Amino acid sequence: MRKRSENIRDKLLPAGAFALILLIWWALSASGIIPGFMLPSPWDMISALFRDFPNLMTHAWVSIQEAVYGLLIGVLLAFGLACAMDRFGMLEKAVLPLLVVTQTIPTIAIAPLLVLWMGFGMAPKITLVVITTFFPVAVGLLDGFKSVDPDAVALLRSMNATRWQIFRHVKIPASLPFFFSGLRVSASYAVVGAVISEWLGGFEGLGVYMTRVRKAYAFDKMFAVILLIVIVSLLLMKLVNVIKTAAMPWLKYRKETDGTQRKTV
Amino acid sequence: MELLRTENISKSYSGRMILRDISMHLEKGELVSLLGLSGSGKTTLLNILSGLIRPDTGSVYLSGAEITGQPGHISYMLQKDLLLEHKRVIDNVALPLIIRGMKKEEARKRAEPCFRDFDLEGTQTLYPSQLSGGMRQRAALLRTYLGSQGVILLDEPFSALDMITREQLHAWYLDIMSRMGFSTVLITHDVDEAIQLSDRIYLLTGSPGEIHHEIRVDCPRNTRQDFNLLPEFAAYKRQIRDILQEAMRTSNAAG
Repeated sequence: MRKRSENIRDKLLPAGAFALILLIWWALSASGIIPGFMLPSPWDMISALFRDFPNLMTHAWVSIQEAVYGLLIGVLLAFGLACAMDRFGMLEKAVLPLLVVTQTIPTIAIAPLLVLWMGFGMAPKITLVVITTFFPVAVGLLDGFKSVDPDAVALLRSMNATRWQIFRHVKIPASLPFFFSGLRVSASYAVVGAVISEWLGGFEGLGVYMTRVRKAYAFDKMFAVILLIVIVSLLLMKLVNVIKTAAMPWLKYRKETDGTQRKTV
Repeated sequence: MELLRTENISKSYSGRMILRDISMHLEKGELVSLLGLSGSGKTTLLNILSGLIRPDTGSVYLSGAEITGQPGHISYMLQKDLLLEHKRVIDNVALPLIIRGMKKEEARKRAEPCFRDFDLEGTQTLYPSQLSGGMRQRAALLRTYLGSQGVILLDEPFSALDMITREQLHAWYLDIMSRMGFSTVLITHDVDEAIQLSDRIYLLTGSPGEIHHEIRVDCPRNTRQDFNLLPEFAAYKRQIRDILQEAMRTSNAAG
């Protein structure tokens, strides 16, 4: 009963904070303290979203494709590199500092270069998403591989397990929580990365649409795009959580039994 | 019948000798303890017996065949049960068979009948986090048994359990050992546990660790339950304590 009321409280608190922000926002725009053309009211934003819904969906579909393709390629590359770095310590020492340096370069600075090199199609957008999503997954996986209990590895070695068997039965499962934490961060970066790269040039996508409405001073539409980007990012993160729950069913049981085991042998 | 034998095993790390001339043997169906104080090289010996590391000199034989430095012949179990949290209990215990190349379904079929013997009936599809401490230890023992070729190596597997659970597991372990017919080398620093369980005790003393004493514990396995309450138990304990104290004095005087 107490746990249930704690759950309700945990859900009500962020909802309350969100409602408060909306209220303040509405009060600021309705009172005219901030002019409507600079800060449209929440209602204006939502009505713009529904008014322009078909058009927004066309652009959103392009951005979602760029984000998902980029994320998938980023995850695959991160997995490959993390495995290689785990296997060859020298490679980790050589490459990891470079990876850290790449993360200090602002995305907005790389995007024009990518457009220059790859044109206005999907390629530079996907590449930028790969660059932004690659790092959290690679570092998460590497940390996961290192988190493995050395005694568990020794136990499998005593069974005469091959390197691949140790990897498959111990290292990969142990790294899954780290992998999904990284993937969740990357999923949120993916949509933003796609939109930023679209700002710098292109024909379709939420970033392109955003640039157009900004130039037309249609700020209600611009806020509608921002809302849509938030929704798409949250959905992508939710999808990651669903995959995580399906991929690690044992976590559910651990939660259920934690602190409740009182059985005697 | 002699099952396991080590001959003159020595091992050094970075110029420091850890073990010197360790020779011991294990008969079929026997439980032999290697009892030593901290720093006497117990873990190193465990790694050598399980084939994880090679000794500098000496050999390990299993049923007459040399297995020095070859993992996969002797299974071991530590104080930590090391059950893999992501695998169901049946897949955890069948893991050594899968590692050997057996198909998953076949390994499960092979492991299945042992669940009753190890008092684990009904836990096959559970995850380790759903088991109590004692059940986890038994599941780990079953995994060790399935991976063994008649010899199990235990490294203080019961030391993390409470007294009642530990005593129950001691009795259960001796019973299952007799029923399943395997042999055990127990590596421990716990004098009571060594006397309670062992047929023979090798005392690993000094630094580097050496075996100078072997003590035979004369008590039938079926009367071990209350052995620790008898004067004979106290006599063994006194004898071992005196030897260990003397070894420590000699070691301190030399060091």
